[in-house]
Amino acid sequence: MKHRLAPSQYAVLLAVVLTASFGDALLSRGMAQVGPADIHHLGLLLHALANPNIIVGIFLLIGFFACYMTALSWADLTFVMPATAFGNVVIALISRFMLHEHLTLSRWFGILLLTSAVGFVANTPARTDLSNPAPGTEDPGVAI
Amino acid sequence: MHTTSRLVSWSCIATVAALAIAGEVLIAAAMRQIGDLDDIRAKSGLPGAIRTVLTNPTFIIGGTCMALNFFAMLFTLSLVDLSLAAPGIASFNYVGNAIAARLFLHENVDRRRWFAVLFVAAGVYLLAR
Repeated sequence: MKHRLAPSQYAVLLAVVLTASFGDALLSRGMAQVGPADIHHLGLLLHALANPNIIVGIFLLIGFFACYMTALSWADLTFVMPATAFGNVVIALISRFMLHEHLTLSRWFGILLLTSAVGFVANTPARTDLSNPAPGTEDPGVAI
Repeated sequence: MHTTSRLVSWSCIATVAALAIAGEVLIAAAMRQIGDLDDIRAKSGLPGAIRTVLTNPTFIIGGTCMALNFFAMLFTLSLVDLSLAAPGIASFNYVGNAIAARLFLHENVDRRRWFAVLFVAAGVYLLAR
């Protein structure tokens, strides 16, 4: 059971958060520039591949998937999940402070909940395995 | 969109979430089988690490589930409003992942992690709606 992560592993988790949120934001901005696509205008999707925002967004999302799989190779899914969800907070903060959009009270509360969730998980072991626990570290968890 | 019944809407949302959960749990299981990617990359280089991942059968099945999830998502968005589908799918996804991780990956989902999962589901719901 791994209790502490190396700085490089924290960097991978940070990359998961940043690449997902900035990748999605760039794809969204690119598709807004390209215009709405539908089944009758599929050629527009090929045209979208020439948009710089979409190109960079796709590269960032490929980077996200690589970092996400790397994280899953040494951490639990339930440990990595809050990190991926924290990308929503980054997007909300980008929209508030860089795009000057209005955030409702419920969205601020959502940010608070997600930040708390990351705090809950941050101090737990990155990798647990009930079928093969390390000596002296058995924890029954909560049955479902 | 307004003619879509609640049963159809929630069936679509549940199908998309189920495919996402299956895909993510299978990919997580594959990465456990493969081992630490940083070590593999140090030994075999980046091409060796990519080959190891892409030739793992569990990863291939998980990736197929994620691809099906993508098309199911497109189909769902043609029937269900985004304001209902996005937070609904995200919330189901996080709670379902935690249950599946406990059952199939044998992760030690203790009380703190359950709270984290519920906070994530509620937080994503509030941010996405």
